[in-house]
Amino acid sequence: MRRVDRIAEPWGTRTPYARGEKWPVRVDTFLAESIGAEHPDRWVRSASVLHSNGDALDIAVKDGRIVGVRGRAEDRVNHGRLDPKDLYGWQAGASPDRLTRPLVRRDGRLVETDWDTAMDHIVARTKELLRDQGPSAIGFYTTGQLFLEEYYTLSLIARGGLGTNHLDGNTRLCTATAAEALKQSFACDGQPGSYTDIDHADVIALFGHNVAETQPVQWMRILDRLAGPEPPALICVDPRPTPVARAAAVHLAPRPGTNVALMNGLLHEIIGNGWTDAEYITRHTVGFDELERRVKEYPPERAAEICDVPAEEIRRAARALGTCERLVSTVLQGFYQSHQATAAAVQVNNLHLVRGMLGRPGCGLLQMNGQPTAQNTRECGADGDLPGFRNWADDAQVADLARLWNIDPSRIPHYGPPTHAMKMFRYAEQGSLRMLWVTGTNPAVSLPELSRIRSVLSQERLFLIVQDLFPTETTELADVVLPAAGWAEKTGTFTNADRTVHLSEKAVDPPGRARPDLDIFLDYARRMDLRDKDGAPLVKWHDPESAFEAWKECSRGRPCDYIGLSYDRLRGGSGIQWPCDAEHPDGTERLYSGGAFWSDPDYCESYGRDLVTGAPVEPTEYRAMNPYGKAVIKSAGYLPPHEQPDGDHPFLLTTGRTLYHFHTRTKTARAPQLQAAAPEMWVEISTGDASELGVMEGDLVEVSTPRGSVRAKARVSGIRDGVLFLPFHYGYWDIDEGPEADEAHGRAANELTLTDWDAASKQPLYKTAAARLRRIRAQDGSPAPAPTTAASAPLGAGVPETRGGQAAEADEDVRGMPPTEGDT
Amino acid sequence: MKIGLVLRDLHREERELARELLHTAERHKTSHDIHHLALDLADWSHRHIRELAELAERYDVALDPEPDDGPGPVGRLREKGSEIIGRRSEAGRRGDAGLLLLRDLRRICQQASAVSVDWELVAQAAQATSDDQLLDLAQRCHPDTLRQLRWANAELKETSPQVLTS
Repeated sequence: MRRVDRIAEPWGTRTPYARGEKWPVRVDTFLAESIGAEHPDRWVRSASVLHSNGDALDIAVKDGRIVGVRGRAEDRVNHGRLDPKDLYGWQAGASPDRLTRPLVRRDGRLVETDWDTAMDHIVARTKELLRDQGPSAIGFYTTGQLFLEEYYTLSLIARGGLGTNHLDGNTRLCTATAAEALKQSFACDGQPGSYTDIDHADVIALFGHNVAETQPVQWMRILDRLAGPEPPALICVDPRPTPVARAAAVHLAPRPGTNVALMNGLLHEIIGNGWTDAEYITRHTVGFDELERRVKEYPPERAAEICDVPAEEIRRAARALGTCERLVSTVLQGFYQSHQATAAAVQVNNLHLVRGMLGRPGCGLLQMNGQPTAQNTRECGADGDLPGFRNWADDAQVADLARLWNIDPSRIPHYGPPTHAMKMFRYAEQGSLRMLWVTGTNPAVSLPELSRIRSVLSQERLFLIVQDLFPTETTELADVVLPAAGWAEKTGTFTNADRTVHLSEKAVDPPGRARPDLDIFLDYARRMDLRDKDGAPLVKWHDPESAFEAWKECSRGRPCDYIGLSYDRLRGGSGIQWPCDAEHPDGTERLYSGGAFWSDPDYCESYGRDLVTGAPVEPTEYRAMNPYGKAVIKSAGYLPPHEQPDGDHPFLLTTGRTLYHFHTRTKTARAPQLQAAAPEMWVEISTGDASELGVMEGDLVEVSTPRGSVRAKARVSGIRDGVLFLPFHYGYWDIDEGPEADEAHGRAANELTLTDWDAASKQPLYKTAAARLRRIRAQDGSPAPAPTTAASAPLGAGVPETRGGQAAEADEDVRGMPPTEGDT
Repeated sequence: MKIGLVLRDLHREERELARELLHTAERHKTSHDIHHLALDLADWSHRHIRELAELAERYDVALDPEPDDGPGPVGRLREKGSEIIGRRSEAGRRGDAGLLLLRDLRRICQQASAVSVDWELVAQAAQATSDDQLLDLAQRCHPDTLRQLRWANAELKETSPQVLTS
């Protein structure tokens, strides 16, 4: 047993292993000091919720309160490990400033009320709007942080009950491109690879994926491979000097917004050198000829010029990608939140398709998620698809859903694609969407161009309901605020980025009158008196387990098949990967083995979209292109971003996250160790740019775009020249002055971002905007409050290292014993 | 030979399409997707116009390689106006921007259809005269036109339920 300051050492102790071996077990535990030498009363099963990795853990409970967490040794995802957010984040639940009673706006002020009053108010408004305008007046903006049972219930209420097409999640900002890229290439969502592929890979390529900070436990697995015999070579594509970049054999730091050119340059080399699997391409794909033609236009020299990376480095990376035997690729926000998001992410799929590297150990493609339950938002039809990965453009699939829900198919809107979040906010701006129900997300800080979002949300004519754990910048603007129970205060399931389903059980009671989101939705359905076509209640379940059983039926025979799972099974072992059915009773480690895809025109989730215009591919077109259900290779040319640097705004602005925080810090700022590690906003600037502008570490600088400006201390780092980085976590709830106090310079990065999105995935751009930087003054001489442990590490000396001290000491128990699991 | 006539027609229609796209971009600046896409797709038409003008010389037809649709001072004024109208919040004005968008998209659909038919005529004539260069041009440009058409059509389908029921 070792005590480790896991703020200072976020990835903890190394447990090296060789290729093909099992990842050793290391059980991480953090217990509150208050518990002393005593033992918890009980341990309650759950998994982590502050990222998408799905680290299985048990929650320690004593005297009705959470007192700590411990990683689960037997789980396939983490083999006992926890990351800093898992270790410390749970403390937020017990904060004294939780929302504990419903609030309604009276005479301009939010005042406490009871549930009956709040819910009746919502129901009355809903009915009024349905009468006046119809379902198009009502929209739901949910999250990637509820449980599966809650999304499915919401999906039924919105799509089958009210009949609105306006239901989307903040997953639009985080994983929409993952889903869309998978739908473009495989005609269906679903993660092809598995985390266990890391155990077998000889090359791991990370495309815009700072895994060390976004999924630290997955990075531990990679670090342990790197520390063992026969380590894999890492290829990193990232404009920042991330921990991944530092460990990489080849680090490509392209100019933000040029990912497609870079990918085409890599594919140019791979196809040109014949590092392809011709038989796989012929038997299992359509569209290769067009890709071959397209990438001919991108010799490394041309890609190098567009991306501003050395052509020789592109060749080196291509050689590694093209000649390895087992390739794992992962993709995240550097691609998803960037210009030409889907087109770029699809090229990573193409890399695996042309090399025939799918569905085998070590040949894993991971289009990652950001949030813990984003996969469920997608599966359950709460973010722009129909439940069970059903295709809105296929009448037979819609009829099947209607049969399941016992309603007429015409009640389920399917005359067009489900409305995406950015469009919903546009409808609200124009006044045709008049009620917006926000659950578990904080758009007043997380959406781009905040001054616009604030003006949309604060309109009098918009009835805004916000359901959350804490007061936020968004609840401030609401007409009704509903206090929700959080993680560990309710039971439900959720699925991580490699399709692993975990059960998370209730450990403690929610504070005050706060209720689980599921109960709130069920209550709403009851009060709305939603009925099926025989007059029976539309929602036929009453608690998490009955909701899960209903969902299983909805997933039956679909790609995300849960039929073989149950609460009891999930209690018996640990995480299980879908599809889990009669054929795969223990789940499915990898999809698409043997080149069998879910892309049959009568089965697939999506016919795809035009990568440039976003127009959905018509059913007839798809049938003609892909009659036999192969994978679809889609090519794309590079297009310059709409907003480019100029004399006025010479920098490229990119935004992102830090290891210690999640989203808008509603939870992580309330966990003292995490908050202390990254307490305030900062701006990263390269040494070259800093010296040119006379900026020193810790100087106060102002970053502005045509949309607004932000002031923060400068961190002089190894980021590429010409690029500025701002973390997006910081808003206004924990400082005295809101953005209104001084419009001239805000604190939230999204004051600066622009309203533009990828045409195919509709994911907004957070990684490419043009900005300028101005030095304000030297401030107090102290360095920027940015962590030194990861991508924001300073270049100069004299910056004290980020430490958590004794308060952050956690136990690490290296057991070395490999778990028993169905690994190949 | 009447190929020159068709080229002249096509050139005129393609310029008109580019103009419609640019005007739509100007008028709907706060419908960000429409604004950006319409600008991007106008570029496709501009490219077609240039290439057409180049090739038409062989048929003794003089065509202007430049579009005639720069925003100009009036266009810029319209753009500013669209920003104000697009964001205005008085309930009384609601729907105007939406209806205007439907009309603009409808015009783009019609115009792109006209261009598409003309490209078809050009491609037929090119095949009948074994004019590989002309055929190549039609084969490269016509798919762009169809994508422009599908885009406008898809936007119409997606937006019209909201505009027409609110």
